[in-house]
Amino acid sequence: MSIDLSQFIPSFLEESFEGLELMESSLLNLDAGDNEIINSIFRAAHSIKGGAGTFGFDNVTEFTHLVETLLDEIRDGRRDITAKDTELLLVSVDCMRLLIEAARDDADYDQDKITETTHLLEQTLEIDGPASHIEIAKSDEDTQEPAGKIWHITFIPEHHLVQTGNDPLLLFSALADLGELTLKAKTDLLPAITEMDATELYISWELSLISDASEEDIREVFEWVEDECKLEIVELEVSPKSSSSETQDSLRNSASVDPEISDSQTALVTEQPASAIQSSEKIEKIEKNKTKTKQDSGSIRVGVDKVDSLINLMGELVITQSMLSELGNDFEISKLEKLKSGLDQLLQNTKELQESVMKIRMLPISFAFNRFPRLVHDLSIKTGKEINLVIRGEQTELDKTVMEQIGDPLVHLVRNAVDHGIESSDMRIANGKPKSGTITLDAYHQGGNIIIEISDDGGGINREAVLSKAIEKGLVDSGATLSDSQVFDLLFEPGFSTAKEISDISGRGVGMDVVKRNIQSLGGRIQVESQPGIGSKFKVNLPLTLAILDGQLVRVGTEVYIIPLITIVESLQAKEEFINKVSGDMTLYRLRDDNVPVIPIYQLFDLPADTKEVNNALLVVVEADGQKVGLLVDDLLAQQQVVIKSLKDNYQQVEGISGATILGDGSVAMILDVPGMIEMAMKRAQEKQNEHILEGALV
Amino acid sequence: MTKILVVDDSNSIRDMVSFTLKSAGFETTEAKDGVEGLNKAKAGNYDLVISDINMPNMDGIALCTELRKLPSFKFTPILMLTTESSPEMKMRGKTAGATGWLVKPFNPEKLLATIKRVVR
Repeated sequence: MSIDLSQFIPSFLEESFEGLELMESSLLNLDAGDNEIINSIFRAAHSIKGGAGTFGFDNVTEFTHLVETLLDEIRDGRRDITAKDTELLLVSVDCMRLLIEAARDDADYDQDKITETTHLLEQTLEIDGPASHIEIAKSDEDTQEPAGKIWHITFIPEHHLVQTGNDPLLLFSALADLGELTLKAKTDLLPAITEMDATELYISWELSLISDASEEDIREVFEWVEDECKLEIVELEVSPKSSSSETQDSLRNSASVDPEISDSQTALVTEQPASAIQSSEKIEKIEKNKTKTKQDSGSIRVGVDKVDSLINLMGELVITQSMLSELGNDFEISKLEKLKSGLDQLLQNTKELQESVMKIRMLPISFAFNRFPRLVHDLSIKTGKEINLVIRGEQTELDKTVMEQIGDPLVHLVRNAVDHGIESSDMRIANGKPKSGTITLDAYHQGGNIIIEISDDGGGINREAVLSKAIEKGLVDSGATLSDSQVFDLLFEPGFSTAKEISDISGRGVGMDVVKRNIQSLGGRIQVESQPGIGSKFKVNLPLTLAILDGQLVRVGTEVYIIPLITIVESLQAKEEFINKVSGDMTLYRLRDDNVPVIPIYQLFDLPADTKEVNNALLVVVEADGQKVGLLVDDLLAQQQVVIKSLKDNYQQVEGISGATILGDGSVAMILDVPGMIEMAMKRAQEKQNEHILEGALV
Repeated sequence: MTKILVVDDSNSIRDMVSFTLKSAGFETTEAKDGVEGLNKAKAGNYDLVISDINMPNMDGIALCTELRKLPSFKFTPILMLTTESSPEMKMRGKTAGATGWLVKPFNPEKLLATIKRVVR
């Protein structure tokens, strides 16, 4: 029977990556003598090795075997684990990941790194590499034996043999598979029936087997009972009974009879191509398996409780639905109350169902945080700074897609904190701080958002240095007066990074401006707080999910638009005394201490509208990139959650619009891209102003 | 129908073993470690137990020792599934009462051939 193993490979890969993560995090937390941790690391390596062998990833098996051997020595106390060993094991984990990823993607990998690490492991273990290969090759040769022999086997089992679950009859049937078997039972040790113990075995056997099998093959049948029996296997001289074919005869005699040699050689040679074909078929099959699992299927592991709650809600929905349809069959106006309560129930069900479905996509942020202990460990060795990493709120849940995309920006922020935040130990001591610095990662929910904070207790951001560099780079005018937060925002300007920063992170090709852009593309924002001598905090604010948005519906003319609730500061009715017209048709509205530019949506999208005058009109004040603007609308409608449909996928990218949704009445409404709109409006105002200047010059 | 209890902490290996056995017409129950395996063993009758050795909570050796204490598992074949092909590990298994072992890596064919040696 042939069973296709490829279907189990994705599951093997998944648990291998989990195992590697466990190995890594355990290695980082390793204290000498903690056997339970060593054990769990060993188990993870062991499982990966076993699975890799079964599913045909031989390079993984070979490499992991070395890792496992080292771990085994540590586990048994034959070796004291040193910091060097830990480092070697961490690098080995990297190599295993490399190999497994290469196996998954059917791609090439950095062979030099593997070879180097293999060498280091072998050195540590003080073994010679190729020894094991020779052994394998030898055992292969052993199976090439001449055919058609007669074996005499004496099998005297110990009385308790059956108590380990072994059954002599099954052993004999396995022997019978090897050739022609005859057996004779010896019952002389059988006690009287009154003294007989039913759980004991009193019989022994004499067997004779005519078979091509080697002694080793026969011994293998008795492998499990070897220690619980007396076993004698003797090869008898050529049997007259043997009815082997001519070829077999010639093979058997080839050793002594010269003219037959050539014959026997051809017989042996012809077998080789067959096995070669077989093995190449096997390779093909393995390669096919690999391509199948090549793409990350993008699956999520969902807790059974979440699925159960979904099914539960589905059940309630079905009940409500059947209640409503029964009501619809013979509806009278007197049943209106019942209909109403039924509809309320439907609303409730739908809402709960939606929440449950969203929860399925939610994963604890520990998935993103997991890589940081290792990162900080490596960076602290590289920079020579002592750093503690504190992780809080790792159970905070976040949408899978958001999680995947926030990983790299977070890595950059943490690198940044190690590199530029934490001071060197000497400087810390000189400043009266603890010798080792602390970086804290924290995640928590706030409203419909998740906040991720990366803070350090380092030197803080040097305001003057940032400002002077920004002036030097021409990002701000030298005379400008800026608030702290405006200065810190300069860090995210493209082209701000210093040469040192670029060399540090060049491998990743990410700068702070890219970090900000990535966060914004997720609909989030980033803020910086910093105090000289005390430390800095980067606060990333992200929506929980990308699929659903809390929106404010507004009307402009006959169109309905949706403004993301997260961007709205407030809505107000414009009063005349706060309105300021400036040049270029730009209207400013005075909102407490701020002057807020007014963007009439109808102008921006070129629509007919009821309200064109700012006075007394409704303004929705929104904020993006630290810039507040007032959107002029005709009417405020409901607030509701909307499902985001991509315009790019269904139509094309439209300036000032981030997506679309379908409203309850079936109509399509556009979701406003607030930062995009602000940019659009500013560009147009600039153009207008230029026109005015041009006109002025002409007059 | 022959009922087999499969105990392994690795999902992929457990699934593979179980799938292979089901394809060959056996009925299987799965457990992810020794503790769960022992509980399931106590709750039902099995014709064969196949268990990994290295597992969290309770390893295969301990499971085997415990199973042999149960009257209904006194003669039940127990196969240890392991990469440890060292004689020492085999001895530990035998001492604990294991019937035999199956050395990883193995393929479905080898698994079924091995099982033929312990169940009819």
